[in-house]
Amino acid sequence: MPADPAAPQARSANRPAGRPSRIAARFAALRAEGRGALIPFLEAYDPDLATSMEILRGMPAAGADLIEIGVPFTDPMADGPIIQAAGQRGLKAGATLAGALAMVRAFREGDDATPVILMGYLNPILSYGAERFAADAAAAGVDGIIVVDMPPEEAEVLAPHAKEAGLDIIRLVAPTTDAARLPLVLNASSGFVYYVAITGITGTKSAAPEELAAAIPRIRAHTDLPICIGFGVRTPEQAAHAARVSDGAVVASALIDTLAKSLDAEGRPAPDSARRVLDQVRALAQAVRAAR
Amino acid sequence: MNTPLTRPNTYRSGPDAAGKFGGFGGRYVAETLMPLILEVEKAYAAAKKDPAFDAEWRRLLTHYVGRPSPLWFAERVTGHLRAQAAPGLGAKVYFKRDELNHTGAHKINAVLGQILLAKRMGKKRIIAETGAGQHGVATATACALFDLPCTVFMGAVDVARQQPNVFRMKLLGAEVVAVESGAATLKDAMNEALRHWVAHVEDTYYCIGTVAGPHPYPAMVRDFQSVIGEEVRAQMMEAEGRLPDVLVAAIGGGSNAMGLFHPFLDDAGVRMFGVEAGGHGIETVTGHAASLTGGRPGVLHGNRTYLLQDENGQILEGHSISAGLDYPGVGPEHAWLHELGRVEYVNATDEEALSAFQLCARLEGIIPALEPAHALAHVLKLAPTLPAETLIVMNMCGRGDKDIFTVAKLLGEKF
Ligand SMILES: Cc1ncc(COP(=O)(O)O)c(C=O)c1O
Repeated sequence: MPADPAAPQARSANRPAGRPSRIAARFAALRAEGRGALIPFLEAYDPDLATSMEILRGMPAAGADLIEIGVPFTDPMADGPIIQAAGQRGLKAGATLAGALAMVRAFREGDDATPVILMGYLNPILSYGAERFAADAAAAGVDGIIVVDMPPEEAEVLAPHAKEAGLDIIRLVAPTTDAARLPLVLNASSGFVYYVAITGITGTKSAAPEELAAAIPRIRAHTDLPICIGFGVRTPEQAAHAARVSDGAVVASALIDTLAKSLDAEGRPAPDSARRVLDQVRALAQAVRAAR
Repeated sequence: MNTPLTRPNTYRSGPDAAGKFGGFGGRYVAETLMPLILEVEKAYAAAKKDPAFDAEWRRLLTHYVGRPSPLWFAERVTGHLRAQAAPGLGAKVYFKRDELNHTGAHKINAVLGQILLAKRMGKKRIIAETGAGQHGVATATACALFDLPCTVFMGAVDVARQQPNVFRMKLLGAEVVAVESGAATLKDAMNEALRHWVAHVEDTYYCIGTVAGPHPYPAMVRDFQSVIGEEVRAQMMEAEGRLPDVLVAAIGGGSNAMGLFHPFLDDAGVRMFGVEAGGHGIETVTGHAASLTGGRPGVLHGNRTYLLQDENGQILEGHSISAGLDYPGVGPEHAWLHELGRVEYVNATDEEALSAFQLCARLEGIIPALEPAHALAHVLKLAPTLPAETLIVMNMCGRGDKDIFTVAKLLGEKF
């Protein structure tokens, strides 16, 4: 439990004790500003380490409130073609979990405030060693993790180590998560809740605005954690709407699409690849900031 | 081994309520799929208790599939091996002839069970993954029979090397989706089927072709395939008045092996061998598909099991001459039986399988699929070392029609 109940800590049994949370602090600040968060996504090492590092470093100034970094995996079961391709480019460029942690460490040299969330699959973490990963991730400056194929039922391998290290475990809630499951999922969450807007994989379709507007209160009734919307949020208008009906918008495939289109036939970046992605982040951020 | 395993009183009670066999198995899926997996589990538990469900499945097995499949004393193979063995050695070799099933492999046993379950659940569409195409053909067949639309995901590489089965599926009315993502083989077909399922959760049932995937699939497919071992028990009592001494089966995901082994797991006198695909040899890095003898534990496709993976936890492509064996994982129950030492896992190379394939055709007049040719390759090594009264049963889990073009090419024949 936080010593000061007024401190910007989300109320959850799983909020790791000890380290002050960049995630909670950022959402508290945004609440004070009266607006939602923009959470852009990048895939580590896509298309190479230097370009992805340039994008990562440029994101806060472009208007990113939190940043999500995808860790490439050979078998990304919940991802559509756009993020699959990004992961394959990343792997080809030598991405590993250790490499993704090193990116965060380098990012933290210039930014100690923007929360960073790693999103990936369980096997690379198990291979690295769950306990060692949690400790190294926290030390590198990672604030939260999303492990797509680790439902609450299977979290025992990692959750105690994450808690010990002060890492939030951000969970996905899907349209298929029924009333009976919702408390189980939310009780195993900390940091914020990631609402998957569609029954589907990343980068394929978008939810109708009225579906989102109806879905969020259903979750809100069961948690005090911030709720952000991802999957299918592509345009500034969609991001603004998502940030209005929830606490933030995650944009991934649309940004990766822009990056992918800037690459040459061999997958090499153009001199302005990072700038094009960051310009898009800027446009999204403006829309989110104007949303309320 | 990172989970201490204690020897259980019975090897036949798994999985536990969490879908675990020791530390293996489980339900490692995205939240979107989780409610669906739980729904399948509930529906299967109810179906299992319903005598009408069992009766309908058995009616189909008898009159549509042609079960029980014969237990054949392979007299010429036995004689051939005895001729090379020392006096008094050379085990008696039997084939469990699941290659005679309608559609040509064991896959249909579990497909019919699953399609009946899908009907019970009110599902309107069926999807499946396939490697060699046998599971795809079996699923397309059952969907034709039950008038359900069927989509089969198949790696583009496998589509190219298993053309006859691709055409069969199309004749049966199924849509075949060539999967280009990842390495474009079986594991990617399974990824794509899972992705499709996530997007069509309301009306679609995913019919998995082996004892892998999230709980309850490993247990459910095993239960259906156990008809193989149950028949062998009765047939061997009839033929020899006792149980077999040795069971041998090929391992891709492990369903034909689990179906043969499971009814015998608590019979201490029965030795069991699971034969993985040794490809170019398990000392090569990606030249084989031997997950148990050449891999280590990890999580893929919804379960924790032995996997072919690199030092960073990235999944490696398997290789085998047989498209049905080159899966980089293996059913979690096999992982558990491996660590307990109850089943011995060995491997046979491409070359050994190819030569067993030819030998079987000439000696028994049976053209085996390349998958059971791996099991036979091990029988050829093992039988001459065992006393003549030893009874071996090998699962002839598929016929070789689908493989003749692959084999012809390897033998330098032109059509
Ligand atoms: C004839 C045959 N045997 C074996 C296999 C491997 O699967 P399993 O290990 O689940 O029996 C296949 C898979 O396609 C097959 O077609």
